[in-house]
Amino acid sequence: MQLTLGPLLYYWPKQEVLDFYAQAADWTLASIYLGEVVCARRHELRTADWLALGTELAQSGKQVIYSSQAVLESGSDLSSLRKLAQAGGLLEANDLGAIRIAREAGIAYVAGPHLNIYNGPALDWHANAGATRWVAPLEASAKTVAAILAEKTLTIETEIFAHGRLPLAFSARCFTARHFDLSKDACEFKCIEHADGMLLKTREGQDFLRINGIQTQSAACHALINDVPQLRNIDYLRISPQAGYTAEIIATYDSQINTQQYTANWTQINPEGLVNGYWHGQAGIHSTPEVLT
Amino acid sequence: MSAATLPELICPAGSLPALKAAVDHGADAVYLGFKNATNARNFAGLNFTDAQIRSGIDYAQSRGREVLVAINTYAQAGRVKEWHAAIDAAADAGANAVILADLGLLDYAMRVHPQLNRHLSVQGSATNFEAVNLAQDYFGIRRAVLPRVLTLPQVEFVIKNTTVEIEVFGFGSLCVMAEGRCILSSYATGESPNTHGVCSPASHVQWLPQGNTMDTRLNGILIDHFEAGEPAGYPTLCKGRFEVNDATYYALEEPTSLNALSVLPELLRIGVRAIKVEGRQRSPAYTAEVTKTLRAALDAAADARYTVKPAWQQTLSKVSEGHQQTLGAYSRPWR
Repeated sequence: MQLTLGPLLYYWPKQEVLDFYAQAADWTLASIYLGEVVCARRHELRTADWLALGTELAQSGKQVIYSSQAVLESGSDLSSLRKLAQAGGLLEANDLGAIRIAREAGIAYVAGPHLNIYNGPALDWHANAGATRWVAPLEASAKTVAAILAEKTLTIETEIFAHGRLPLAFSARCFTARHFDLSKDACEFKCIEHADGMLLKTREGQDFLRINGIQTQSAACHALINDVPQLRNIDYLRISPQAGYTAEIIATYDSQINTQQYTANWTQINPEGLVNGYWHGQAGIHSTPEVLT
Repeated sequence: MSAATLPELICPAGSLPALKAAVDHGADAVYLGFKNATNARNFAGLNFTDAQIRSGIDYAQSRGREVLVAINTYAQAGRVKEWHAAIDAAADAGANAVILADLGLLDYAMRVHPQLNRHLSVQGSATNFEAVNLAQDYFGIRRAVLPRVLTLPQVEFVIKNTTVEIEVFGFGSLCVMAEGRCILSSYATGESPNTHGVCSPASHVQWLPQGNTMDTRLNGILIDHFEAGEPAGYPTLCKGRFEVNDATYYALEEPTSLNALSVLPELLRIGVRAIKVEGRQRSPAYTAEVTKTLRAALDAAADARYTVKPAWQQTLSKVSEGHQQTLGAYSRPWR
């Protein structure tokens, strides 16, 4: 079992992104996913910048995988993705159109977490179409993933989203722009002021969701740290980047994988709260307290 | 534009009376689902048994209309046979098409029932021509239903780059999220459109009156609070009021319905092949009213002098969520 770094879901200034990945080059990671998954208007790093960053990280021994946007709409969305695909390597497809682009470029793909693979025949379809790895749907439980793996007939690597704020929904509407009474086309790039998105609470103050441009995330972090010993059928655990503590979180998972124990102050590095309901077959917001402490 | 090239009007039926209402009021096709988790409106008291589907298909086809069977949830591992059985039953009953989202099911339908038309469901999240053409390459789909996230120019861009028929939504409750790309419901309740064919399921809803005020909760999570005199709406998760940076508002979307009447001529011009009405969970009276109104509007839309009649707007307003209507993503300011 190895760790991967999921695509950066937030909009950070270019230098912060470059600094973050310069550190990531030294983290214990098998793969790093690069690219803009959320919003085509985000341009601190353009396609050429992501490709240059990918080349650097590959030289440091990391497997680099470029991720597609989860909602591909415009002609320029598609042409940017074609450029990433033409660079070779692996493409994480988060949209059916991305699979077609990967095939045209003659490259293999990772079937991303938003492709809705819930059964063995669907997974086999992807393996046949050129997928070498799949990421289980975020809402899939341990039991569901085991059932899908039992049902599939072809060889494919399995990755799960193990730690981070869950990217629950994508829209055409930008909720960050809406908050500031701006239109999406004139959003003033407000996302850049919110390195971890904006917290959305219920009217009685419960932390519930997190708005991040056109994406809606969980307010809390999904965390499978205490499930690691049971994850023998999983090849890769994805850690999702966040503004603080990503290095510590990766080190904690690495320690848990290799020594079956960890000593970091777990709650201190996860101040937004932890949930693990999805993996245990419950509502995603549910947390099992005894396995999170 | 001649009447022969008008887009088809596709209307919802949650029951046999609704199907008859749709056919009687001018739907070109009716879509419906079985009484189980194989479709995205898996609500108690709704949908069709095998016998009812046969009867509905007979009623529609004998009047020259089509019946499309929605099997548009994702087959759950270990239970795939239930979804295969639904596709087999739709084929056996003589349905004109099945509406599918799961790639494994599209593959199954193509291999086992090649003569049965396959439509890519809105739950399949095809928002670009590459996605639509992928489904054509692999599954020979006749038609794709586009998610309600595209502007009119973006819809046109898809149509110009595919030979697959394109269907879009014309009226009904609005998903603010890209269909098939939203699991907010299971985050709160454990059940989502993908897995259970439900969103914000009634089984998890609490209406909690407190004096003159009302709280609505979903699995215990406060979705909205209504003061005395405020009409309390169903707690659909994305249509509640929440706090962001101390502002309390409809942070994601207001309770509102999509109404594309004002852009019908544009939808005709760009070559949309079918216009869909949402609402299999609504009553036969809803289906009748909306079908009648959309039929009249579509029949008038090819005329250069087309304008939206106030009577149509009034009818649709009465059956809209929160009595509010929007052009949704078709109009850029909404975004």
